[in-house]
Amino acid sequence: MLPLNTIAFLVENKAGVLFNVSNMFRRRGFNIESISVGAVEDPQVARMTVSVYADSKELNQIVLQLEKMVDVIKVKRLDPMRSIMREMVLIKLDTVDPMAREETLRHVNAYHGLILHIDPESLIAEVTGEPEAIDEFISKTRPIGIEEISRTGVTALEKGNLKLER
Amino acid sequence: MSGSKAFVEGLKRENVDIMFGVTGGALLPICDELWGSDLRFVMARHEQGAAHMADGYARALGRVGVCLATSGPGATNLVTGIATANIDSSPVVAFTGQVPLSLVGTDAFQEVDIIGISASATKYNIQVRSPSEIPLAIKSAFHIASTGRQGAVLVDIPKDCQIDVEDIEFPDEVSFRGYKVNLEPNPREMDWAATLLSKARRPVIMAGGGVISSNASAEVIKIADMLMAPVVTSLMGKGTVPSDHPLFAGLCGMHGTGEANLLVSDADILLVVGARFSDRTTARLEDFGRGAKVIHIDIDRSEVDKNVETVTRVIGDAKLALQGIIERLAKLSYEPRANGDWIKKMNKFKKQYTPPERPNNPHMRAPAIMKALRKVLPRNALVTTEVGQNQMWAALYFDAYAPRTFFTSGGLGTMGWGFPAAIGAKAARPDVPVVDIAGDGSFAMTENSLATAVEENLPVIVVVLNNRMLGMVAQWQRFFYGRRYMAVKLGEYPDFVKLAEAYGAVGVRPETIGEFEKAVQTAMDDNLTTVIDVPIDPEENVFPMVPPGKGLRDLMVEA
Repeated sequence: MLPLNTIAFLVENKAGVLFNVSNMFRRRGFNIESISVGAVEDPQVARMTVSVYADSKELNQIVLQLEKMVDVIKVKRLDPMRSIMREMVLIKLDTVDPMAREETLRHVNAYHGLILHIDPESLIAEVTGEPEAIDEFISKTRPIGIEEISRTGVTALEKGNLKLER
Repeated sequence: MSGSKAFVEGLKRENVDIMFGVTGGALLPICDELWGSDLRFVMARHEQGAAHMADGYARALGRVGVCLATSGPGATNLVTGIATANIDSSPVVAFTGQVPLSLVGTDAFQEVDIIGISASATKYNIQVRSPSEIPLAIKSAFHIASTGRQGAVLVDIPKDCQIDVEDIEFPDEVSFRGYKVNLEPNPREMDWAATLLSKARRPVIMAGGGVISSNASAEVIKIADMLMAPVVTSLMGKGTVPSDHPLFAGLCGMHGTGEANLLVSDADILLVVGARFSDRTTARLEDFGRGAKVIHIDIDRSEVDKNVETVTRVIGDAKLALQGIIERLAKLSYEPRANGDWIKKMNKFKKQYTPPERPNNPHMRAPAIMKALRKVLPRNALVTTEVGQNQMWAALYFDAYAPRTFFTSGGLGTMGWGFPAAIGAKAARPDVPVVDIAGDGSFAMTENSLATAVEENLPVIVVVLNNRMLGMVAQWQRFFYGRRYMAVKLGEYPDFVKLAEAYGAVGVRPETIGEFEKAVQTAMDDNLTTVIDVPIDPEENVFPMVPPGKGLRDLMVEA
C-alpha cells in the first residue's frame, strides 16, 4: 500500500478550476482519496487540500503538474509532523434499540463528538478529528448499524510560521 | 463596441494577419466583422485541417498560429489538431463559436462542452462570458500559448458575446498569479552541469524540439564542438544540427540510427536539451542511457525526472542555459576528446548499421526516394511528414539542414497532419518550396485540403509513398503477428493522380527515380500544388527498428 500524502494548494477561485484539478489527477492516473475546497481570506483565492496515495516519485509529479497549471497559485506537500490535519464526519446510526443509543453516546463522547439530532429510530452525530481517528470511530460504531455517512475529506494548516504563501 | 469588433481588434493587436478556419452558425457575427478587414481567412474544408494549418504556420515561423471553428461539431473536429499542436509544444490559439450563454448547458443545437472536451488537449482554455472579456481572453491566450513551454490554448466565444455591445478596454499586458515564466536558469545548476560535462569521457548530446523553440541550435553545435560530443536528436529535434555536421549521429529511438542508439547506450554523460524522454525515443526505459549520468535542460520542470532520472537539471530557456554552460566550460580545464576513441566509435557504428541495399528489387525504394528528394530541393525547403513508415523514412533518410525546416507530428502521431501543416507552412513561408512526405493512408485522411491549397493559392508538393497499405501497422503485423494483414490493405483506389486533378491540382506518377526528380523539379518550377504518387514495395520495412519492449541496443537492421 502506498503512503497517504496530503497536498495543500491555492487556486484561482473561479468556475472550472476544480474540474481542471481533478481532471489532471484522473488523466495521469493519480487516485484522490479525499479533496476539500473552500474560499480563503482573499475572495479571489480558494484553498484545496488533497490527500492521495502515492510514492515519492508520484508525489513529486503531482506537485509539479499542479504547479504547471495556470490557475494553481501555490502548492505545498504537507509534513504531517508540522501540520494540523482534521476531517469531519456526519454519521446517522440506527438507534431503535435503547442499548444501541447508549453505546452510540459513549463512542461519540469518547471522540469528543456532538449529537446533532435525535429521532425515535436514529440519531445523527458529528465527530471531528484526524482522519485515522475518524476511521477508528466509524469502525467502532459499525456494529451498532450505520445508516449513512458523510465525510468532508481532510483539511489542514501548517503549524507556527509555516504558511502556504502566495 | 461589439464583441466581434473587439475580437478583430484584439487579434490585430497580437499582430495576427492570417487565420485558418471553417465558419458556421455560431461564428456568423465574427465572420461579418472579418468581412472587409485586412485579416486573411484561409478556408479549410474540415476543422482538423484548419488546426493543422495553424500548427504548420506556427512551427514554420515560431509564432502563434490561429484557427477558428464553429460550435458543436466544428469544435470537436478541431480537437485532434489542438491535441497534436499541444503535445508537440506548438503555439496555437484556437477560437470556437459557442451557442449563446442563455442556451449553454441546455444541449442546444450544435452545443458541445468544448471547454470540458479540450481540457486535456490544451495548455489552457477560456470561455468568454461577456464581450468585455474578449480582449483579455485573447491577450491571455496568446501569452500562454507562446511563452514557457509553448502549447495550444482554446478560447470559446458564445454567440451573444460576439453580438452584444459593451464598453471595451484593451489591456496592454496580462499577468497570472499561478503562471510565471522563468527563463533564467539557476547559476548553480549551470555550474554543476558544466563541471559534469568537463569530466565526460563519452559525452552525447540529445537535442529535442525545445532547442528549436528556444532558437538554441547554434549553442548546441557550439557545445558539441567544444566537447567533441556526438549529437543525436529526438524526432522533434530533427534539424537542430545539420545532418551533414560531422558530429551529427542522427535520430535516436525506436527507429533511430544505429549510431545514435548505440552512442546513447554507451555514453557516460548524456546532455539532454529540450526533450522529454518519450517512450518512442527511449525504447525500454530501464535500458536507456544506463551507464550515463543524465543532465536535463528543460523549460518545463515537470518533465525532469518524470521518465528518466537525472543527476542534474537546468530549468529554464535552453538557449540561456547552454550559453551559461558554454561560458563556464570555457573557464574550466578539460580536454576535448578530439579524434579520440569516442568519435572513432561513432564512425564505426555509422558504417556498421547502414541498412543493406536490395539491388534486385524492381520497386523504387523509400530511402532512395528520400535522398533523391533531398537532392532536388534547395537546402531551405520546408518538409512536413505524415505518420507511419513515411515519417520514419523521412526522419532517417531525408537530411534536414536547419531548424524549422522539418516538421512532423511527433507526440500524437496524427495521420493526416502533414498535408494541411504544409499548407500552413506555405502561408508562413511563401518564398520557399514546401513538401509533404506522405503515405497513401495518411494523405487520404486530410486530402480534402487540396481544395484549400489550390483555391487559396498555397501550392505545396505532396510526395505519396504509395504502398496501398497502412504500412507501419502492416510492418508490425509482418514481424509480430504472423503476417496476418488485418485492416491494413487499402486496395486500388483512389487514383491519386485523378484525385489531384479533380481538385485542380497536378497529379503525376513517376516510374523511376529520374522521373520522380523531374516531377519534383517541375512542381517547384511551376509553383503548383502537385501530388506525386510514387508506387513503392508494399513489403518494404523501415529499418533500423527496436522491437517493442526492447532497449535501444537491440536494434534490427533487417527482417
